[in-house]
This record gives sequence, C-alpha cells and structure tokens, in this order.
Amino acid sequence: MGLTGLLGAVFNLDHVGKYIHWGFIQLSVSNAIVIGLMIVTFISALFLPFPGRRNRKEGK
Amino acid sequence: MSTEIDRQWTTRLRKTVVEKLPPDKLLPDTQPAYVASWIYVFGVTTLAALAIVILTGCVLAMKGPLWWHLSGTGHFVNSLHLWSVEIFFFAMVIHLWGKYFMAAWRGGRQLTWVTGVVLFLTSVGAGFTGYVSQTNYDSQWISTQAKDGINATGGGAIFNVLNLGQMLMWHIVLLPLAAVALTAVHVIYVRIKGVVPPFEEVK
Amino acid sequence: MAKKAFNPDVDAPVYKGKYAPYDIIKEGTIAVVVVALLTVVLAVLFSSPDEKAVTIKTWSNATPMDFVATAMTELDGTSGTATYGPPYNNAATGQQVGPLTLAKWMGINVNVNTANDFVVAPLSTLADQPALTTALTTFAGASSAQRASWEADYSKALGTGTFSGGTLQVSATNAGPVPVMMSALTAMARSGALDQALVTAKGFYTTDYTKPLLFMADGSFLANKAQAQHLSGDQWGMMNETGSYPGQAWLWLYTMWYQVPPFSTSWGANADALVWAFMMILTLLLALMPWIPGLRSIPRKVKIYRLIWREHYKNA
Repeated sequence: MGLTGLLGAVFNLDHVGKYIHWGFIQLSVSNAIVIGLMIVTFISALFLPFPGRRNRKEGK
Repeated sequence: MSTEIDRQWTTRLRKTVVEKLPPDKLLPDTQPAYVASWIYVFGVTTLAALAIVILTGCVLAMKGPLWWHLSGTGHFVNSLHLWSVEIFFFAMVIHLWGKYFMAAWRGGRQLTWVTGVVLFLTSVGAGFTGYVSQTNYDSQWISTQAKDGINATGGGAIFNVLNLGQMLMWHIVLLPLAAVALTAVHVIYVRIKGVVPPFEEVK
Repeated sequence: MAKKAFNPDVDAPVYKGKYAPYDIIKEGTIAVVVVALLTVVLAVLFSSPDEKAVTIKTWSNATPMDFVATAMTELDGTSGTATYGPPYNNAATGQQVGPLTLAKWMGINVNVNTANDFVVAPLSTLADQPALTTALTTFAGASSAQRASWEADYSKALGTGTFSGGTLQVSATNAGPVPVMMSALTAMARSGALDQALVTAKGFYTTDYTKPLLFMADGSFLANKAQAQHLSGDQWGMMNETGSYPGQAWLWLYTMWYQVPPFSTSWGANADALVWAFMMILTLLLALMPWIPGLRSIPRKVKIYRLIWREHYKNA
C-alpha cells in the first residue's frame, strides 16, 4: 500500500461509460458533467458577489 | 541631434519597450475599480493551469514516452498531466465566454482577442497531438480516425498523425513553444492596453 | 482629419473612475497553488485511462479470419488503404471541396503500396522457408492478370475458410502461390513478427507506426473495439475517451457536423474535407469577431455585461 495506494484511483473509471442520447446528440455522461460544470461555473462567476468590493467602499 | 548611442538597435528597442510597456503597466499595483467579478479569475486560472501542464509534461519528458505505462508514479504524473489539461480547457473556455460578453476587443484590443483565438486553436492541436502520443489503444484509434480529416485537407502530406515520432515532437516541442510564445504576446497586449472598460450606459 | 464617430462595439470609453489596489503576483501565486491542489485531488480521485495498445499479434490471434480477409484485401488492392489515394498512393483523387482537390495537390508524401509493404516485403524477411521462397518467386514472376486471377480464386474460397489448431484452411484450388503466402503471413502475424517487420522495414530504429496502424485500421478488430466503447465517428466518438473518462469535449462542434445532413448524407463522400472547410470558416468568424458588424454587437445587446459590471453601474 502506502504510495501505490494513494496513487490508485479512488473512483475507478476504467469501465465502459454511460451515454446520453437526445435525438441525434450522443454524449458521454462524463463529458456532460464537465460541460454542465462549465456552464454552472460561468453562471456562478456572473452572479456570485466578488469579495473585496466592501473594502473599496469603506476605503476612498 | 541623436548620438550614435541613440541610433543603436539596442537603444531603440529598449526605448520602445519601456515606452510601450513601462514597469508599472507590466506589473501594476492597482486595477480600475470595475475589475470586480469572479469572471476575471479565469484568465489567470488558464495561465496557472498551463504552468502545471508544462511542469507535469516536463516530468513525463524526463523519463520518456513509455515510462507512464510501466510505473505507478509515471501513471500518477500522467493523471496530473491529464487533469491539469482538463482544468486548462475548462478555464480557457469560460475565459472566452466572459471576454466575448464583455466585448473585450473594444478600444484597440482586437489583437488580444485574435491571439486568444489562435491560442485556443494551438491548445486544441497540442491536446490532440498529446492524445495520439499516448502510445496506447486510445492513440491508435484517435490517430487512425483523425488521419482522414487531416488527409482530406491535404495536410496529411506534411502532418502524418500515424507517425509517433513526428506527433511527439509537435506535442513536446513545437506546439508548447508556440503556446508559450502566444501566451506571452497575449498577456503583454493585456498589460499594454489594460482591462477593457465597461460599456457606456446611455441614461 | 475629422474624428471618427464613436462606435460602442469597436471603441471603449475612457475610464476616469477609481482604481483599487491589485497584487498581480499574489493573484498569480494563489492561482498556481489552487490549480495545483485541484489537479492533485482530481488525479488521486480519478487517475487516468491507459488501455493497452492493440497489436497485429493480438488481432490475428483473436480473430484470425478477419486478419486473413484484411490481408487479402491488402494483397489484391481492394482495402481501404490500397484504394485511399493521397497522401498514401494514387489509387484515388482523395476528398475534395467542390472542385478543389486539396489532398491530390499536396501529393503522395507517405508512400504506401499495400501488396508489397504489408504482405510481400514482410514475407521476404522470413528466412529458411523454402516453400515460401518458391511461392514468393512464383508470385513476383507472374503477370498482374495471373496474380489477379489467383487472388480472386483465394478470396472466393476464403468465405468458407476456417482457422483451427493453428492452421489456416482455405480450399482454393487455382490460387497459385497465394495460399502458401497467406498461411505464412498469418503465422507471422500470430507470432508478433509482422508487427516488427512493418515498423523496421527502413532499419533498426523506428518512431513511425504508419504501416501497422493503416493495416489494423483496414480490419474490423480495432473498429469493433471502438464501437463497443462509443468511440466511432458516428457516435460523436471524437470527443469521447476510453473507459468513463471525460474526453476532448472541446471538439463537440467539429464532431457534431459529421452527425447532421448534408454532411452525414449527400456530402458523405467528402464529409471530412467539407466539415474541415466549414470549421475553418467558423473559426475565421470567431477570430475576426471584432471586425464583423452584427456579431460584435451581440454582447452589447444581450447585456450580460451588466451582471459583470453591476457594481460599476450601481456606483455610476
């Protein structure tokens, strides 16, 4: 164990993946998760308040 | 009257560089107050991911192309390389979306946009040559499929995706050099021109 | 010279507002540390895929008849590679974009003669096999019409051929030297020697796998494996990865065109060239966005920028 245990995957992805079929669209679930996360991250970046703004107001 | 020293290529280059990009523009200590959104972090995140991609790639390069199949440590470094690439593309695409919706090419910043798009294409090429240099089933399948696309454009005559040596050289020498050089130009443009100001709202 | 009118999609207003402290080096350092940590976490959690490369040895042992049938198409010049055209040979024009025969113009720079490179040349490297040497001599001395007739006879008999107990059984009676050649090539493939012969044709050192990859791609072993893993072109496979890993998701638009008409139907024969041409146009549009009226106005009109700069507008 030790190092080798740490280096092995916690989640084993070495099996045939699941695929989403929407009409002509075929998408692996892993890619869908990545793309979904990108959209969520983008929208969060737009909406979440950016820290530091308070400092500026109190400052000058 | 200009002296001989003023006319020297070296003097002229230094003067132009310092004039265009004085130290306080290259390494600024303030930002316009409108630069206050999480959307601004994706450029620097892309840069950071590029640094990790290059670092992990260098470790893989030290031991050669087959090491990662044969050693647990090698496989782990390969995993670091893969996931830093995933973060790199993830951040770069969000950066692109953000810059598009800010119309960040305004105010003489067109070349910043163009170098960014070219960087995206270079990165896709670097990613692709990486996939075909893996020396496993994935690279066999991807290269035998991709050859038809490249051959159809005529590119196959000079860019043979089935030639491992050629693809590996593109992946670890030519494309990283291009990506780093373009990144430098892209970032320098940003520093010279500053961050694009908000649209003026007509009241 | 008259001052040009201010165009809100091209020009930026001059900012006269406040500046806030900004530590660019600290920001960069934090970004590197965060990305490095995230990379380590993802690598520990998910590792990375590494499915062993297929060899002609594994292929010919797993499905010997598929190997023999493919090898026969390499010999008689009917395989995918043999009929490919540029850059491998001049058997076809290659794909075109309308009248533009791009592949043909670029020429044949990766020469592949399947009958010789995949069958005859590897067989001639085998020493001490008198029957094979005789067969190769007979084959080399025959007219092309004679060879075609032998090959046709063998191909016809191949349909009922079998492989058992390490022996290829094909009842071709008028195939001349072809049965001896095919049996020897199959044995050579199953031993792994063909893999080596195909890459070392030009010498000891090698970094070029063009020939064995083209040979394997002509058979169905590689493709069946891909189909099962959802990697085929018609499965949006370009953006997929072996196992359940995320793949090159950024290729979604490129791979999408292959799935939709007319690329998938009437333009099918030139789909690769046409999809590339189309993607080049789209890429140019993206790169030249700052100069394209209409497209460059979208950000101003959709007003997502108001979210990004909401503090600025609130304070203005």
